Order: sequence, then C-alpha cells, then structure tokens
Amino acid sequence: MAVTIKDVEKTAFLARIDLSEEEKNKFTEEIKIILDHVENFVDLNTENIPPTINILPLYNVMRDDITRPSLDKNAVFQNTSHEEDGMFKVPKIL
Amino acid sequence: MSLYEKTIHELHGMLIKKEISAEELTKDVLARMDQVEDKVKSFVFREEKEKAIAQAKGVDEKISRGEKVGPLAGIPMAYNDNICTKGIRTTCSSKMLADFVPPYDAFVAEKIGEAQSVFIGKTNMDEFGIGSSTESSFFYPTRNPWNLNLVPGGSGGGAAAAVAADEAVFALGSDILNPAAFCGVVAMKPTYGRVSRYGLAGSTSSLEQVGPVTKDVTDCALVLGAIAGHDPKDSTSAPGDVPRYDEFLTGDIKGMHIGIPKEYFGNEFDPEVKDAVLSAVKKMEELGAHVDEVSLPHTPYVMSAYHVIAAAEASSVLARYEGVRYGYRREDVPDIEALYRTTRTEGFGPAVKRRIILGTYFLSSGQIDVYYKKALQTRTLVKEDFDRAFEKYDLLVSPTCPGTAFPLGTQADDILNGTGLYTVPPCVAGIPAISLPCGLVQGLPVGLQIMGPAFAEEKILNAAFAYQQRGGFPRIKPSLSGEGK
Amino acid sequence: MTDSKYEVVIGLEVHTELKTNTKIFCSCSTEFGGEPNTHVCPGCLGMPGVLPVLNKRVVDFAIMAGLALNCQIAEFSKFDRKHYFYPDLPTSYQISQFDQPICKNGYLEIDINGEQKRIGINRIHMEEDASKLVHGGASIATSSYSLVDYNRGGVPLLEIVSEPDIRSPEEARAYLEKLKSILEYTEVSDCKMQEGSLRCDANVSVMPKGSKEFGTRVEIKNLNSFRALKKALEYEVMRHIQALEEGEPLIQETRTWDENKGITLSMRTKEEAHDYRYFPDPDLVPVIISREWVEEIRRNLPELPQARKERFMREYGLPAYDASIITSSKALAEYFDACVALYPEAKTVSNWLMGDLIRSLNAEDQDIRDCRIRPEMLVEMLRLIDNKTISGKIAKTVFEEMFQSGKKPADIVKEKGLVQITDQGEIEAMVDQVIEANPKSVEDFKSGKEKAIGFLVGQVMKLSKGKANPNMVNELLRKKLK
Ligand SMILES: [Mg+2]
Ligand SMILES: [Zn+2]
Repeated sequence: MAVTIKDVEKTAFLARIDLSEEEKNKFTEEIKIILDHVENFVDLNTENIPPTINILPLYNVMRDDITRPSLDKNAVFQNTSHEEDGMFKVPKIL
Repeated sequence: MSLYEKTIHELHGMLIKKEISAEELTKDVLARMDQVEDKVKSFVFREEKEKAIAQAKGVDEKISRGEKVGPLAGIPMAYNDNICTKGIRTTCSSKMLADFVPPYDAFVAEKIGEAQSVFIGKTNMDEFGIGSSTESSFFYPTRNPWNLNLVPGGSGGGAAAAVAADEAVFALGSDILNPAAFCGVVAMKPTYGRVSRYGLAGSTSSLEQVGPVTKDVTDCALVLGAIAGHDPKDSTSAPGDVPRYDEFLTGDIKGMHIGIPKEYFGNEFDPEVKDAVLSAVKKMEELGAHVDEVSLPHTPYVMSAYHVIAAAEASSVLARYEGVRYGYRREDVPDIEALYRTTRTEGFGPAVKRRIILGTYFLSSGQIDVYYKKALQTRTLVKEDFDRAFEKYDLLVSPTCPGTAFPLGTQADDILNGTGLYTVPPCVAGIPAISLPCGLVQGLPVGLQIMGPAFAEEKILNAAFAYQQRGGFPRIKPSLSGEGK
Repeated sequence: MTDSKYEVVIGLEVHTELKTNTKIFCSCSTEFGGEPNTHVCPGCLGMPGVLPVLNKRVVDFAIMAGLALNCQIAEFSKFDRKHYFYPDLPTSYQISQFDQPICKNGYLEIDINGEQKRIGINRIHMEEDASKLVHGGASIATSSYSLVDYNRGGVPLLEIVSEPDIRSPEEARAYLEKLKSILEYTEVSDCKMQEGSLRCDANVSVMPKGSKEFGTRVEIKNLNSFRALKKALEYEVMRHIQALEEGEPLIQETRTWDENKGITLSMRTKEEAHDYRYFPDPDLVPVIISREWVEEIRRNLPELPQARKERFMREYGLPAYDASIITSSKALAEYFDACVALYPEAKTVSNWLMGDLIRSLNAEDQDIRDCRIRPEMLVEMLRLIDNKTISGKIAKTVFEEMFQSGKKPADIVKEKGLVQITDQGEIEAMVDQVIEANPKSVEDFKSGKEKAIGFLVGQVMKLSKGKANPNMVNELLRKKLK
C-alpha cells in the first residue's frame, strides 16, 4: 500500500504536528519502509480470530460511587502560568 | 568490595545486623554517583543529598529502635523518569515534560515509599519510551558502562546503566529487558496486570509493565514482591495475592521442561550470542531440566503487530500533551490550533513525532481494519502460540537480544534495528520474562531471556536463580572504559 | 406548517447528565456550580499515567434508562476512545462507546393529536462530558481568549439516539418532553435544561413525499430548550422547503440556532477534517451484564409516567386530561401526591395545579422543585377557603403573594387583612350603601334585568375590598330588592 505525502500531511494535521517539506518527504519515505515491514501480516488469515484488546480476561472492574477529595488549587495550577480566575487560559478558539 | 557494589539482600543483612547504617550506605552510593555519573549519564534528576540522607537516617532510627524493617528499607534506588513522583519533576526524557511536576505518586512509587527505600534520582530513557538506545532522550544519551561509546539499550537505558555502574542498588523502569541485557544486569518484565500502571507515564497502555532492574535474581524477586499487587486505580490490574517470590528461590530445577523457540534462533547479529545462550541452556540441562525445541509459528508477525499497536496507542496516549494544563507551551500564539501545533511540533522529538503520525495513520478511517484490527487479531495468535507452548513446557528460553550493545549514533531506527525481536513477544502476549547475564562476547554482556506463562514469575525467578547460582556465571562488573563524550 | 408535498425526517440525539455523586471515571464530585476547577484530579485533568476506573452507578443508571425506554440491554459492552483536539477535552479523546453500546433498539410513545405514536430509540451509550469554556468576549468567535473549567469534564452522560422516526417539529418537541419525563421518573438525571443537564442535537432532512431517497441531512447543535428545539426545526424545515422549491442545493453541515435572530447558522466546521479514530480503550475492561443484574434493576424501577397516570385516574378519579398533564413531570406528580396526602379533594388540587400553579411557573420559567409554594402551604390555603376565612377570589391574591414571597397563607391573610367578612350586619350595611348609591341598577333589576345584580354584587365586593363573602352579599341583595 503506497503511502503518499498527502496521506502524511493529512495524518500530521489530525495529530496536530507541523512538518517541514523536508520532514514530510523524510517521514513519507520512513513510513513507507515501516509499512513494508508491517505489511507481512496483511496476508495472514485472521478470519474468525477475535482481537485481543485486553491481555487479562478481566471485566466489570468498577468502583463505588463515592466522592474522594479533589486536588487543591495549588496542585491544579502548579504546572502552568496560564491561570486566570481559577481557570486555564487558552488562546482564541476558532 | 565497596558497599555500592553489593546487592539488596547482602546490604539488608548488614543493615539489620547494624554492621552498616543506611546513612553510610547512601553516602557511599551517592559518592559513587558523583564519581561516575559524568561518564555514564544515567540520571536526569538527582535527589538532593541531604534529602536522601534524611530518608536513610529515618530507616536507621527504626532499626536502632529495634523495629522490623523490610528487605528494601534503606536501600538507595532510582526510578526511570516515566514513573510519576509526587512533587518531583517527571519528564519522560521529553522537552514536553521538562518542567512537569506531578501532584501524585505512581503506584510503584507509593509501594517503594512504603518499603522505605532511599530515593536518589530519576533515570534517563528514550523520549516517552520510544526507542531502543536511550538516544532519543531530549537531555542527552546515556552511555553503556561496559563501553562508554556504546548505547545502554532502551527504552529504559538509564535504569540499567545506573544499576550496572553501581550508581543505584536497584531501579524501576518499563521496557528494561533489552537495556538489562546490554548492561549486564538483571531485569524482569512482570505479567501484564501484575504491577499497577497507575502513574506510569508511558506511550502505550497494553504493552508496558513496570519491573525491577537489579544486580542479581534474588534482588529481582525482592523488588518484584514489593511492587506487585492489585491496585484499584488501574482497571487492568490483576486481582489476587502476591506470592513471596524470594521463598521460591530454591535453585532446584530438576525435571523442569524448558522449550527453545526455534524461530528465535538464527537471526542473531552475532553467532557468539547464540553460543553464549546455548551454553547457558546446557547448564540448565546439567541442573536437571529437560530441554527441547518448540515452535512459535506466528513469530514472524509479532513485530508487525507490536509496531501497529505501539504506534496506535502512542498516538492516542500522547494526544493529551497540548500545552493547556501542563508541559511545554509556546507563548505568543494567535489561536488554539496554533497552540496545539506549535506545542506538539516543538515539544516532541522526531522519534516520537514519527510514531504519533504512524499511529494516527494506522487508526485513520480506511486503515484501522487493515492495520489495527489485524494487529489485535495477530496478538491473539501470538498468545495462542505461547499458550500451546506452555502446555508442554514450564518455561521458554532465548537470547534477550540478537546482539550486544551497539555504538552510539548508529542504530537510531528503533523500528528496524531488530533489537526488540525477542523482548517484544512477551510484551505482545503479556507474559512475564526475565533477562539475566549469561556471558560476555568481546567483552560485552549477553542477556539470557527466560519467559513463562502468565503469573509464573516465581518459576522464572527460580530457574534464573538456579542458573545464576549454580551455572557458574560470575557477577561481573563493567570497566566504565571508553571515551565518554 | 409542513407543506403536504414534503416529508420531514427528524432524529434527535439527547445528552443527559447522570445524577451520580462522582464522575464516570474518577472520584471527583459531579456537583453543579462549584468554584471553577475545584472538582478536578490528575485523572480528569488528563495528567500523565493516570487511569480511568468506571463508576458502577453509571452502568446501573444506563441499564435503568434502557429498561424505561424499552431497550435491549447488551450482554457485552465496552468503551472506546473518540479522538479530537478541543480545549474542553483534557486527554484529547473522549471515552465513549462506539460499536457496542449498552442499550439498543428501544422506543417511547408520544401523544400526537390524541393518537399514540411510537418513536424508535436506536441506541443509548455511556460517555464522559466535556469541560466548560468561559469566553472573555461576547462569544467564542469574538473572544481573544477563553478560560477552561474542568469541573464538568468527566461527568457521566447518557447519549440517547432516536431513530429518524420523527416527522415534524411538534413531534420532536413531544419526544423530548416524553424522554425528559421518563428520565426524571427513573431518577437517573435531574434533566435541568437550564443547567445543561439535558441537551439536544437534531438531525433534520426534508424530501418530496413518497421519495425513496432522504433529503440532505443537517445537524443542528445545542437545542437546549423545548422552544428552541421546535423553533429551530420549524425554521430549518422552512429553509429546506424553500431551497427545494427553488432548486437550490443544500449542503450537509452542522448548524447552530441563533435564539435572538430566530435563525439557524452554519458552523463552518471543517467536517472532512474530522476522523475520530475510535478504538477500544485499552485502559478499561469490558462490562458484562448478567440477566440477573438487569432483572434486579427492573425490579427496582420506579413507577413510570404511564403507570402513574393510570394510578391517578384510578385512585383519585382524575380525568385523563388532568392525569396526563400532572404526570408529565415527575416533580409535579410528586407535588400532587404530597398535596392529596394532606387534602383528599383531588380534583380541587388538580384545578389549582393545572391553573394558577403551572401558569405562574411558566411565566417565571421556574421549575416546580424551586417553587416557594410548598404542598402544605397550598393545602393550608385550600382549607382557608373551605372554612370561609378567605374567598376563592381572595385566594388568588394569597396564591400570588405566596408564589412571590414564600410566606405562609395565614400570615399573608393576617398581614394584608384579607380575612373574609362574614358578619351579617357589616355586610348588610354595605349592601344598603350600594342600593342607595345605584338607584338605576336597582330599578333595572326590579324590572327583570337579571344582569344588574352582578353589577351590584361587584360594587359591594369593591366596597369591602374583596373581603365580603360573595354568597352572603348575593343573598342579602336579593332579599332586600325583592
Ligand atoms: Mg456523544
Ligand atoms: Zn477527577
């Protein structure tokens, strides 16, 4: 399956990563090589094989609906300088 | 022998007999760190000496009061820097988290805190665990203590290098089998779910487990015993009690059935690696184990499944790094989209970006069934291979890596360099595996990997113990030679 | 309003916040209106390495809602991640359900012009709510920056997706009203639309009658009142018909309702740029729902609107119309129940509820649960009428005052001197005064104009400031004018 620069551009947009023209070319080439490597299982017959999402066969892991203390304000904002009125400030939303 | 060279169990014996104090031990290890850290660069954060010593003194007081302390009490240790430590910078060796201070402890950090080990620092790794040489760290590459021109392996290279260079008595990390092999130390990846992932700032969810990096197998059993166990904060954590792993270390493996996966041999970069592993297998046979060849037919597809799952999960897990609440953030941006793009473009290194883009591609519409779903189905087949093998065999043995440590700057491509050929299958199948040194090839350590069925850690540990105790391979020490920078 | 040449196809997606104590995947409080970012933890702030753990009550509530809406409850259900970047979403993915929702294939019945119509429910799934954005300027588009409050992030939601069975804006409104009522009855949500705990998006298309092909589908977001839902759909249907008539193309898009201008507006989002990349969340494990679990919840299901309506008709002898209005809201039905427990004249209570009470609530856009007139106060007022302390007319004044101030009826009557005058002599004096002052009307009445008595009664009432007992006034007047 040939991956194109366009695919890489679209994917980079979805991932919110900017790529220079040079990087686009480089990534496209590298991804092609990786896809070639990964391709070997495309022909593997997996019909009726269930996917393994969770390794352990666990289910119904749930907690009771009991509140626990939330973080104190200092801890909430200790990793940002963009606080205003107890909220996180973000630039203009389009 | 200096204190810093000793194992946990040796030091514990000395501590409780009051032959040494934890303070003395900690000072000794910190001095060792001062001596070699410039060369090895295992650490990205070093705890303030006074604070480390204060922790040690606390343990000394307990001992002097006659209180019983556990085997890890007073032992200087380090965390790989993707294990969150409350109030202590946790970076994942990424520019993205270069100033991030978590307001919470990882489950394993809480456990080690309860065990009263002495925290001395955070070790280097490939950025967000993406890589196999610790060269993708935002800060600097870590060096292999056996030869400073070589990589320590990855992604958890700093943890293995620190223990190998005696800068810490033990360390915790994820993705540490390959570094342990390259650095000549012991490491264990437990069964998926055996150790909580709460607070492990990984790049995947279904492939990673925190495990011990230690100087010998006994230490490995002791540390695993301290960090294993159910955690209600991790939905994928296994319920049930944790065995006293150290009590299973009898060294008796008579009658044990050991399988040699035939697909794991023949791809070595270096035939001497194979010889070293086969002579270790021979030793185990001499100790009474039955050894046979076994087939894991889906081995050729394991790496593909791994790359797809690892990339897909990374693209998802790492989406939270967008600059709003914590982490790297570009100032002076006009709008939110620009904030996202600049933060992520500038905050992540090239290996991480490539993996995110790859994973995004694997999950995108039109591709998800071709790649991601296929990978999950392949994982089922890989698991079934192991299940079948473990019906007949107690354990499987292979090299940890197809070769020994390689020079810095030569194998940057973690996906294609094949280092993970044997350490990846246990991750994909979620089964436990240990790596321990089994020889030297051209002066560099070779790792022996022993894999077992889910939750058979004690069996693996005992086989490794038997080999280590009676197989005659000595505890060897690296020379810290080479050019360094 | 619908042109007979066209058929309207509407489907609704309703999000309802569940009334749990804690968020869906962490133990932070779900309480509404707290100080910003005080109900947050490393988990709901999307911090590195922190993992989700499912709140069991969310599953219980989802099953309960599913049963009340006649759904099949899945035996196996799982959570998936839906990826997109937006500042209200801390991990940049929403944990939701994709291909294995907890409930499927349900329905509810609405009453349209006296006929029952069944609207299918395609699915109900569990997911986490997004956080709240506060904008510096007048709107998101004109603000130079915004602020994020993560308190609401992670509050559990049910997303209830109808089949495209709805054929008019009226039906859409009736569907939403019925859905709200059922959800309130099950007590899974308080459904306060003003607080955003019940929110609605609508998909609408219009096609020529008999056409096999659906028209262009437009999604209208955030229709967060019954009025907005109906108005926006009416507008949109009209817009589509106009375009079809004039042969103008319609585009498939997302639109928003501008309440002030009364029109829908294109949101101009880059639709094609979205790719949610749903995949099963590997940090969570599946939910397997045993039939015992379902039956346990079924047994404890509270009385639903239909059952309560029938009970009100049976037990209290209410007419079907009264019963259906009073039971349409659980809170109103409970209010009624509380009143009748104290005052068994059910029809009298019903008249006050359906008249003055509902009118006052609507005028003030108030929820019955916030109403200052508590059931015991209303009942006290009814007793004051019965024991002739106040007249029915004065009662209206007392009611109004209670509604505004929340004071007790007896106090109001005392304060304002509203006690009914029943003293024979006092009334007689006023009657004499009025006869004296209105010879013309007296004449009219005597010459057989029955209507004139009404005027004279009115004059006496006026003189007494409404306090005279109207029956006594009437009687006395007739006696004197004989
Ligand atoms: Mg939704
Ligand atoms: Zn929380």
